[in-house]
Amino acid sequence: MSRWFVPKMKMSDILLANSNILLLLPRLGIKLGFGDRSVIEVCQQNQVSPLFVIMVCNCYTFDDYEPDVSTFSNDDLRSLVPYLVASHNYYVNERLPHIERHLNHVAAQAGMRYAESLHKFFLDYRDEVVFHFAYEEANVFPNIEKCLSNQPMSKTSTGFMSKSHDAIVDKLSDLTQIIFKYVPINGLDEELNELVFAILQLSFDLEKHAMIEDKIVLPLLARQEAGRK
Amino acid sequence: MRPLLSVLVVEPSTIVIEGLKVLLDEAGGFNMLAPLHDATILTERLHSQKPDLLIINPALLAQPVATHINAIARQMPNMPIVALVYQYFSPQILQSFSALLDICENRAHVASLLGDCCNRKTDEVETENYELTEREVDVLVLLAQGFSSKEIADQLNISIHTVNTHRKNITHKTGIKSVAGLAVYATLHNFSN
Repeated sequence: MSRWFVPKMKMSDILLANSNILLLLPRLGIKLGFGDRSVIEVCQQNQVSPLFVIMVCNCYTFDDYEPDVSTFSNDDLRSLVPYLVASHNYYVNERLPHIERHLNHVAAQAGMRYAESLHKFFLDYRDEVVFHFAYEEANVFPNIEKCLSNQPMSKTSTGFMSKSHDAIVDKLSDLTQIIFKYVPINGLDEELNELVFAILQLSFDLEKHAMIEDKIVLPLLARQEAGRK
Repeated sequence: MRPLLSVLVVEPSTIVIEGLKVLLDEAGGFNMLAPLHDATILTERLHSQKPDLLIINPALLAQPVATHINAIARQMPNMPIVALVYQYFSPQILQSFSALLDICENRAHVASLLGDCCNRKTDEVETENYELTEREVDVLVLLAQGFSSKEIADQLNISIHTVNTHRKNITHKTGIKSVAGLAVYATLHNFSN
C-alpha cells in the first residue's frame, strides 16, 4: 500500500484526511460536490490532470513527500501554470490583504512607532512578493508553456527564482517572530492569534508552493535546456 | 569532523538490530556498540560504555516503563533515549522518551532523526543567553541602517569575519534572519538611535 495519496482514492477521503486541501481546490480548478467519485473521475470532470492534483495534495499533507518531475507527462504538467498563477492570485488578492488588515489593527494598538515600522516591514514584504510573482509570470511561466509544447524557450534566469523563494519564506517567519516575541500588546489576544495563524498558514502554503516550483519547474526547464545543447 | 556517536541498541529481534545497523552504517557518523537483547544488564552497560544514544524497545522494560526511563535519564542526563516501536504503547509511556523511532520509518529519515535528537539534547543542556552583547547591538544598529558587512567592519575597525559571526549570533538569539526584520527589531528595542 502506498504511503501517499493515489488517484484512485475517493476525493472525499483525501479531504477527510487533510481538510486544508479544501483551500487548494479552487486553485486546482476543482469544484465541490464530488460525492463518492474518485480523484481520477473528479479531475476528468474538471479537466485537470489527476496525477498533478494528487502531487499537490501529497505536498500539502506529507512533510517528507517530494515531487519528482520525471513521473509526469507533458499532458499532466499542462495543469501546472494555471495552478501556479491561481495560487499567486490567492496570495496577493486574498491572504496578504487579510494579514495586512489584522496587522494594521494590531500595530495601531501597539503605539505609533511600532505601527510605522511594522507597517513598513509588511509593505516592503508585500512589494517583494508581488515583484517575485510578476517576474515568474512574465519570464518563467511562458517558458514552461513553450517547453510543454516543444517550442524553443527564451533565455531566463531561474537562479533568481529559487534564491528569492528563501528570502520570501524567511521574511514571513521574521514577521511571526517579531509579533510573537517582541511586540508588547495587551488585550488583543484573539486578533493577535488570528494574525499569527494567518501568517503561519501563509508561510506553510508558500513553503509548499516554493517546493513545487523548485522540484517541478526548475528541473523541467533545466531538462529542456540540456536537451537543446 | 564530528566524532562518531556511539549507539547502544536494546532490542530482542536480531533481524531488527541488523537492519538498523545497515541503515546507520550507510548513513555514517554512528558507531553501534554490541547490542543487548534484553534489559537485564542495561545499567551496567550504560555505566561502562557511556553511549551517546540509547535506542530501546519499550516492551523490554518492566512496568511502569516511564519510571524506568526517568531513572535512566537521571543517571545519564546527556544521553537521549529513543523508543524503538513496532506495536502500540500508551502515550504516557512514549512521552518519557526523547524521540520515537517507528519500525516503518522511511529509510532516509532514520539517521537524521537519531542525529537530530542528539543535537537537541546538547542544546538543552547548555543554558543559552539570548541577550545581545554591546558589540552585537553596534552591529545590529548599523545593519538596520542599511550598511553592508564590509562597511560595518570598516566603521567598527573589526574584520568582516567578526562582523559575520556577530550577524550569525544576532540571528540565532533573535530568531530573525532578514535585514528588514532586524531593522524592526532595532526600532522595537529603541536601538535605532
